[in-house]
Amino acid sequence: MSQKSQKAKLDSRTVRRVLALIRPYTPLVALTLTFAAITVATTLLAPVLTGRAVDLIVGPGQVDFAGIAKLAVAIAATIACTALAQWLMNVVNNRITFQVVRDIRVRAFAQLEVLPLKYMDAHRPGDAISRITTDVEQFSDGLLMGFTQLFTGILTILGTLGVMLYIDWRIALVVVALTPLSIFVARFIATHTYSMFKVQSETRAELTSLVEELVGNAHLVRAFGYESRAENRFDTVNLDLQRCGVRAVFFSSLTNPCTRFVNALVYAAVGVLGAFAAIAGGITVGELTVFLNYANQYTKPFNDISDVMTELQNALACAQRVFDLIDETPIVPDAPDAAVLPLGAGSVEFEHVKFRYTPDVPLIEDMNLRVWPGQRIALVGPTGCGKTTLVNLLMRFYEINGGCLKVDGHSIDTVTRDSLRANLGMVLQETWLKAGTVADNIAYGKPDATREEIIEAAKRARAHSFICRLPQGYDTVVAEDGGNISQGQRQLLCIARVMLRRPPILILDEATSSIDTRTEVLVQDAFEELMKGRTSFIVAHRLSTIKNADQILVMKAGNIIERGTHEELLARGGFYTQLYESQFAKA
Amino acid sequence: MHKLMRYIRGYEKQALLAPLFKMLEACFELFVPLVVASIIDTGIKNADSVYIWQRCGLLVLLAVVGLICSLTAQYFSAQAALGFGTALRKDLFRHINTLSYSELDGIGTPTLVTRMTSDINQVQNGVNLTLRLLLRSPFIVIGALIMACSISPHLTLLFLGATAVISLIIWGIMRATVPIYHEAQTTLDRVTLLTRENYVGARVVRAFARQADELDAFVQTNDHLKKIQFSAGRISALMNPLTYLVVNLAVIALLLAGGKDVSTGTLTQGEVIALINYMSQILLSLLRLADLVISITRALASGVRLNEILNTRTTMPDPAAAELPAVAGAPAVDFRDVTFTYRGAGAPSLTDISFAAQPGETVGVIGGTGSGKTTLIDLVARFYDPEQGAVQLFGQDIRSYAFGQLRRMIGIVPQQAVLFTGTIRDNMRWAAPDATDEEIWAALEIAQAADFVRGKPGQLDAPVETAGRNFSGGQRQRLTIARALVPRPRILILDDSASALDFATDAALRKALKEQTAGMTVFIVSQRAASVQRADHILVLDDGALAGDADHATLLRTCPVYKEICLSQLSKEEVAKTL
Repeated sequence: MSQKSQKAKLDSRTVRRVLALIRPYTPLVALTLTFAAITVATTLLAPVLTGRAVDLIVGPGQVDFAGIAKLAVAIAATIACTALAQWLMNVVNNRITFQVVRDIRVRAFAQLEVLPLKYMDAHRPGDAISRITTDVEQFSDGLLMGFTQLFTGILTILGTLGVMLYIDWRIALVVVALTPLSIFVARFIATHTYSMFKVQSETRAELTSLVEELVGNAHLVRAFGYESRAENRFDTVNLDLQRCGVRAVFFSSLTNPCTRFVNALVYAAVGVLGAFAAIAGGITVGELTVFLNYANQYTKPFNDISDVMTELQNALACAQRVFDLIDETPIVPDAPDAAVLPLGAGSVEFEHVKFRYTPDVPLIEDMNLRVWPGQRIALVGPTGCGKTTLVNLLMRFYEINGGCLKVDGHSIDTVTRDSLRANLGMVLQETWLKAGTVADNIAYGKPDATREEIIEAAKRARAHSFICRLPQGYDTVVAEDGGNISQGQRQLLCIARVMLRRPPILILDEATSSIDTRTEVLVQDAFEELMKGRTSFIVAHRLSTIKNADQILVMKAGNIIERGTHEELLARGGFYTQLYESQFAKA
Repeated sequence: MHKLMRYIRGYEKQALLAPLFKMLEACFELFVPLVVASIIDTGIKNADSVYIWQRCGLLVLLAVVGLICSLTAQYFSAQAALGFGTALRKDLFRHINTLSYSELDGIGTPTLVTRMTSDINQVQNGVNLTLRLLLRSPFIVIGALIMACSISPHLTLLFLGATAVISLIIWGIMRATVPIYHEAQTTLDRVTLLTRENYVGARVVRAFARQADELDAFVQTNDHLKKIQFSAGRISALMNPLTYLVVNLAVIALLLAGGKDVSTGTLTQGEVIALINYMSQILLSLLRLADLVISITRALASGVRLNEILNTRTTMPDPAAAELPAVAGAPAVDFRDVTFTYRGAGAPSLTDISFAAQPGETVGVIGGTGSGKTTLIDLVARFYDPEQGAVQLFGQDIRSYAFGQLRRMIGIVPQQAVLFTGTIRDNMRWAAPDATDEEIWAALEIAQAADFVRGKPGQLDAPVETAGRNFSGGQRQRLTIARALVPRPRILILDDSASALDFATDAALRKALKEQTAGMTVFIVSQRAASVQRADHILVLDDGALAGDADHATLLRTCPVYKEICLSQLSKEEVAKTL
């Protein structure tokens, strides 16, 4: 129960926030409500007028043509009003919905730019993406439907009820008494199909993951001759899905015929009562047709509203997911008095730096390191040893928990992030390029760069020759997945990107296996060119790079366990020696 | 779509009966206005209460029979649609399993997954809707027209006119909005792209302080999307008001013209009411039809996508030959002037490759990306057939082996270390369904995986999550190596499969492979000179051509490409140390 009330509280909070989003458009909302009211009123009026006209057509020789003509004009005017008001209402609803959706989407996206990397590293991108795209879409669908149908639905019910009561309260009461039956039936079916739907969606999920595994890895299935066993496994789940699918599909398709049946009963009841009332002279034949007409109209919004409620519930859930993203604590903004760090010589100091990803898992406990301008630092160690952690701290993607990290003598939390990062250039192995042209990508760090500057940077990054061989040269569009450019070439582009900015400190990630030898030579050259006279940190895999370093940091499980030059470390005979020997000793 | 219709087999009866019962239901619905007309014209006029009770009883009866028909139809159609979907899914799955690497490369496995799942669901849903509703709406429209005609032939013209105008409006609006919605979808894709880019590339965006620009670009795209949605919305917002207007104008015309007929005695009051009712039934049916057309168009598009796959024939059928014996003294693998070009590629990936690997030899394969290493071993496993030249295994043409024998003969460890949901034991039995635990442990020992498997709760029964997520990259690689070793293949292929291992483990693995796989021909593909330098001989590939085939020491002397590779990874002194 507490869970339920908690959920209700959450829901009402979400509703309030959604309303707050709509508030700027209050005039539009007032407009749409007015149009809705006009639509409903005139929609209800039309059958009444038609009924009156029917009453003027009694039998041979008993037709009041003048009256019909007058009513015809009135009906025409009414329906013209309806059509106009309905169209305007739809247009205004569209406007409000898409405006609100735009606002919420921009806000969510803006949040992406200030989310701490700690959050982003811990969550899969698909999750945030679906919040900003799919969830917002669903929310907009629900909102639009809510606007167009909820209010008109309620008004229609009330209006119909009023007119029916006005014409004949006894028949009206019968209609009122019988309609809930259809809601009850719909509810009954919905609750009973829910479990079947659950089984179906579970089985479907099982089938989907099986397909993802066995079809997604079709190459492996082929390589291991697993085909027939795969087919057997698939058939079992496929048959299960058929079995529960028939049940779920059938029972869920009952709602419409059953509510239609209830409506037909209401219709028949109105027919009998109305006919007797007409005989007794309580109502006219025209009024009977109005009643029959309303009996149909009256039940429809009831059925619709239950749909709308489900849709709205869903929309709220989606909105909540978007709000959750927006509510994530953003990075601590730069201090108001944060200085702009000028491009400096490039010295780096770690003083008693303490850092943990999770508070109770010790990682860097007391790190001290002094790097002079122009020094070359090689980071060495097995995968997962924490080399990327240093990148995270230097770039201030993560905040240190203690101690002090200084660049050119300034503690990095006293300067603006942007100016700090302008002093640092990074080329990582996971190359990220934007979907855009090669030139755009090279100029990413300096959007106002001229074409000459771009080409100059590409040349120094050894990327010029391959770019020239691309179909449109510098204007070739890099596909999102980079299908048209090899991994090594992507890295060259990333080097060119940094080359254009020439920051005093570099963080480089040497390639392991995904680059071909020829390109690797180019990357090496480009790295050398880039590092000239700059302070650099290299995550190193190649011994020649390691040996040329001024200082080697051997890392294991987040800590620097050894440091020194190649010769010093070999002489020590520790972990570094072990690493070195395992690669070059004979088996 | 008609090609997919064969999957209804076994459910033809249901597929016929479902729309039939739907039509029956529609029939009963069409009678309702007539009954109401008779209540007014006869019952009320003559104040005949018995007649009124009878007629209303008839209304209830019509409702009951209608309900029964409808339920029957829904049941049959659910059975037919699900039967159809299940058969289609089964067949498509089998069909995909016949496709060779060439076809899989061309289509791409992610698309295959979408087609197997959401496309089939769409089509299945489409079949269900078609059986239930597609015939119903036109039937009601036509039925209502016929009923109207039976009441008053000359007013039918009015009905035909209204129906035509409404259809035209619906068609026009759908036609006008479809391209706009299409554009909206494209823009929405771009919104997704920007979002993904900014999430995945957050580090770079921030490193270059481009957050504000990225936000600007997003706002622009988003505003564009909003504008498109506005214009689509403005047009589709016309649908209901316009059709409502037309129907009610027709009703006014009915009142005016009907009034005349009633006055002259050719029509009754009740019949006028019945005509008005038919008019609104036509409107409702046409609107429902418009919704339906949208869903069915979607299903048809999916149907086309499914047909594409079903029409893709494999280029490499299973020879299904008897077990072939090895020819005594023949090399394990023998390439003779092999040239291979990927389908659709401009240039060959392998040119004129000839080499032989003897049983028990360890063969290294080295070269840059795109030099053809993986292509070469894919030909050894017959994932592709050479365009020119021939491949022989143990003295027999590789194309004469049944797939079953071929797969048992060759164990392969692909670059991507993928495991499957289940237990470690399940995974170890992929290539050898009957492997005993001893055999599995032996393979794990060689692959340097026994230690961490022993440390897992349940050991061989330890669960493996989707794609092996619960193991580290290095552990996954070792498990995939063990998986290939379990059936004790005569040829083992390691395609850059030690990249995630640290140097020490890599060395131990190579030592174990050397010592414990006597008689096995092992191919080691790598970019690291250190991984292949102790092979019996090394194939050096350069841009698809064989640049060298000898042992490490010889190659260093005679093969410039090999020397370049070694020197790009090791210093001169280190290279000297390896000799």
